[in-house]
Amino acid sequence: MNHQISRLAVASLVLVISLIVGTTYWQAWAAPDLADRRDNAIKVVAQFTIKRGAILAADGSVLARNRPRRVSGRTFYFRRYPARERFAHAVGYSTQARSRAGLEQSRNDFLTGANANLSTLLDTTLDRLRGATIEGNDVITTLRPVPQRVANQALAGQCAAAAALEPKTGKVLVMASSPSYDPNLVERNFSRIQRGAGPCGVAPLLNRASSGLFAPGSIFKVITASAALDSGTYSTASTFVDPGYCVEYGQRVNNYDTSTPFGTVSFTQALVNSINSSFCEMGKKLGPEKILDYARRYGFYADPPVDLPSGERAPSGLYKAGKLLPRSQESRADPGRLAFGQERMLVTPLQMAMVAGAIANRGVVMKPYMTDRVRKPDGTQLVKMKPHELRRAVKTETADKIAAMMEGVVSGGTGTAAQIPGVRVAGKTGTAETGRQGRNTTWFISFAPVDDPKVAVAVVLQNQSGTGGSTAAPIAKQIMEAILRTPSKRAD
Amino acid sequence: MSLRTRELASLVVVGLVVSCGFASAYIAQEEVVSSASLSYGLFFLGLYLVAHVIARLTVPNADPYLLPMAVLLSGMGATEIYRLDENDAFRQGLWIVVGLGAFAATLVLLRDDFRKLESYKYIFGLAAVGLLLLPIVPGLGSTVNGARLWVDVGPLHFQPGELAKILLIVFLAGYLREKREVLAQFRLKDLGPLLLIWGAAMLVLVVTNDLGGGLLYFGIFLAMLYVATAQVWFVAAGLVLFLGGAAAVYMAIPRVQQRVQIWLDPWDDAYGQGYQTVQSHYAMANGGFGGTGIGKGTFTDSAGHQLIPYVNTDFIYSALAQELGLIGISAFLLLYMLFAARGFRIALLAQDGFSKLLAVGLTFAFTLQAFIIIGGIVRLIPLTGITLPFVSYGGSSIVANFVLLAGLLLVSNRANEGLRQ
Repeated sequence: MNHQISRLAVASLVLVISLIVGTTYWQAWAAPDLADRRDNAIKVVAQFTIKRGAILAADGSVLARNRPRRVSGRTFYFRRYPARERFAHAVGYSTQARSRAGLEQSRNDFLTGANANLSTLLDTTLDRLRGATIEGNDVITTLRPVPQRVANQALAGQCAAAAALEPKTGKVLVMASSPSYDPNLVERNFSRIQRGAGPCGVAPLLNRASSGLFAPGSIFKVITASAALDSGTYSTASTFVDPGYCVEYGQRVNNYDTSTPFGTVSFTQALVNSINSSFCEMGKKLGPEKILDYARRYGFYADPPVDLPSGERAPSGLYKAGKLLPRSQESRADPGRLAFGQERMLVTPLQMAMVAGAIANRGVVMKPYMTDRVRKPDGTQLVKMKPHELRRAVKTETADKIAAMMEGVVSGGTGTAAQIPGVRVAGKTGTAETGRQGRNTTWFISFAPVDDPKVAVAVVLQNQSGTGGSTAAPIAKQIMEAILRTPSKRAD
Repeated sequence: MSLRTRELASLVVVGLVVSCGFASAYIAQEEVVSSASLSYGLFFLGLYLVAHVIARLTVPNADPYLLPMAVLLSGMGATEIYRLDENDAFRQGLWIVVGLGAFAATLVLLRDDFRKLESYKYIFGLAAVGLLLLPIVPGLGSTVNGARLWVDVGPLHFQPGELAKILLIVFLAGYLREKREVLAQFRLKDLGPLLLIWGAAMLVLVVTNDLGGGLLYFGIFLAMLYVATAQVWFVAAGLVLFLGGAAAVYMAIPRVQQRVQIWLDPWDDAYGQGYQTVQSHYAMANGGFGGTGIGKGTFTDSAGHQLIPYVNTDFIYSALAQELGLIGISAFLLLYMLFAARGFRIALLAQDGFSKLLAVGLTFAFTLQAFIIIGGIVRLIPLTGITLPFVSYGGSSIVANFVLLAGLLLVSNRANEGLRQ
């Protein structure tokens, strides 16, 4: 029988070895993939045992902090958002049930101390070995609470969004989207958020400032004017004859108000009074490719490069059936309607704030950013973000000329509602008509002061019966005033 | 150094290892620990020393490494259970005491000559079937997790199948020793009682829904039949029979189809039927090479809910794999291999057929049981819920395995005595 026993022993040996091989597969080979799976509850738990860094506004007020809770012998750190609805879209949320959004997601590595910086990595590794709680780094944003509150209050109850930048640096000062939501409800009361859609019919979670797409209307004329002047096709001395309409493909394209044609007008008058027929002429001469080329210089056709998760940003440009129109079809776009912001052009408020900011910054587009500094748990500075030039959109002279015209819009054109006593304000109105009463999308983009720009802003409102000058311009004014009145303080 | 002194030395080493493990589980949960907890450790060390003394008195020439390995395995199991649920660890501790009592009783009762058992082989066979049938008796049996395997007598919640396994091995050893020559001639007449017993056992298993048990008993039966008769044909025919039976069971029982589906792709229903398996994979993966350390693994979510259902019985292996890491769990598996190797060595050294078959049966039962549950967890085979010998939480399993250990020691003692003469 010993022969059979030996064979059975070998068979048993093979059984145990196969168990070692099987275990090796799960613990070594498959482990990295399993760790990345979204339904891996262990990794979720691990994330919440990290003492996540705080998120602070530019003035040092807390936008996201931890609330520790002990569960079966372990301490978990859950998030509280003291500002509630105010910074919901920029800051986002970090939850177990719904993962993360906003800065909580895009800056997760800093907030959890997982960023591959040698000194912090060493700290966290030592913490891990000692079994101590890992502490994340604080993120100090460029966001300004007072202007943000002004924007939130002005947009409340509307389907609207606003973005304000510091033109010379690209710092995002205000990012508001309405309807908003309370990020504290995401974990346990998500259904309450979904019920808050209101008249807009869109989820409150959507950040409409960076990913909401709206028809631009006349604010797009700033880009057409950039193309016209910067390419040398037109000069400020160019004149147009306005019959109240423009003929395109044998059909009349009307001005906003066709009853009183302007007659012979200068380039400046065309922009200040937002005359569609003149821009229609310009568009036909420039062609769609040239206009879209300048749009690209301002950042169109790419996600706005702000530090939000890619899913919360959308590129501006010509759209067809929910997708960007392929470049090969651009030459067939209608140049006249494109020139004054119709066609199938859709833009985000953040992108339009970047356009206003570029004009203010004498032609250079700055990369927008919300993370100003990252601070280690001991209070020392880990990272300081530097302003970054995205690219030059137009020549300095072109920008100055357009800035002067935009100042004319506010001082004596369609945007007089944005005047601030004692401050030189430049702006441009926009009213995208849908053909139905009370369904206009209205815009205002602006910057101030013209001689030393401190703020560039874009405001969009949906379902309006008025014009951009009467609805959006007063809100833009309030936001700019709030920013100019409360200079940024350093938070330490 | 005498065999028993070697055993004592090994026990001291094992005691140190288990104490370190227990201490680290204790330290990791310092906030919720009572000072009484550490005295458990001392209590167990004392208990194992008593077991050693009994072995010294009854089986002085038995293999010196089996008891320390069983102590190490049960100590690791108890530590992990303590780490998962302190109350379960206390009950497990009580069962280890009962198990050691059964161990001592077996040694004392059979110290003269265990071979007298051979004369009662049919009683053992019938008793095994009777025990297996016990859970079906109305009023006695209870169903847990779809399988009717338990017997409730007063406060006792017992799984008679574990003990039936050992009785079955004794029966098979006796029967096969007697009939091995005639069996090798393939006469249906001689196979009759064998097939009858097996058929009855299979029927019982289908009725009780214990698939892991079925695989285990059938595997033991085939292995012992092969060792007794040296006929590979038996194994081949048995496997064909088994596969046919498995296919029939697959067709007939929806629960089995479900198990196979989970085996093939647990992520297909990751929050339903596949939940346990998926969570167990995550648990193992979280351990990686080095493990999280005892007491530092993650088995509950941030609300305190258990992530893996039945973690301390069916899935104790996933828990150990996470906390010990690939390195630790490989060592743990090598311990099973070593235990099996010692068991087969005893079978090789034994002089008579009954002893050889008994040792082979007990050793292979131990190894195969570990393979069935761990193989199910790492998805080499479909998962069936049986216990991991010496490690899983569960009284019947602990007691049965200590009796199994006593059986091996008895055979070993006699074999080594024979060698000396």
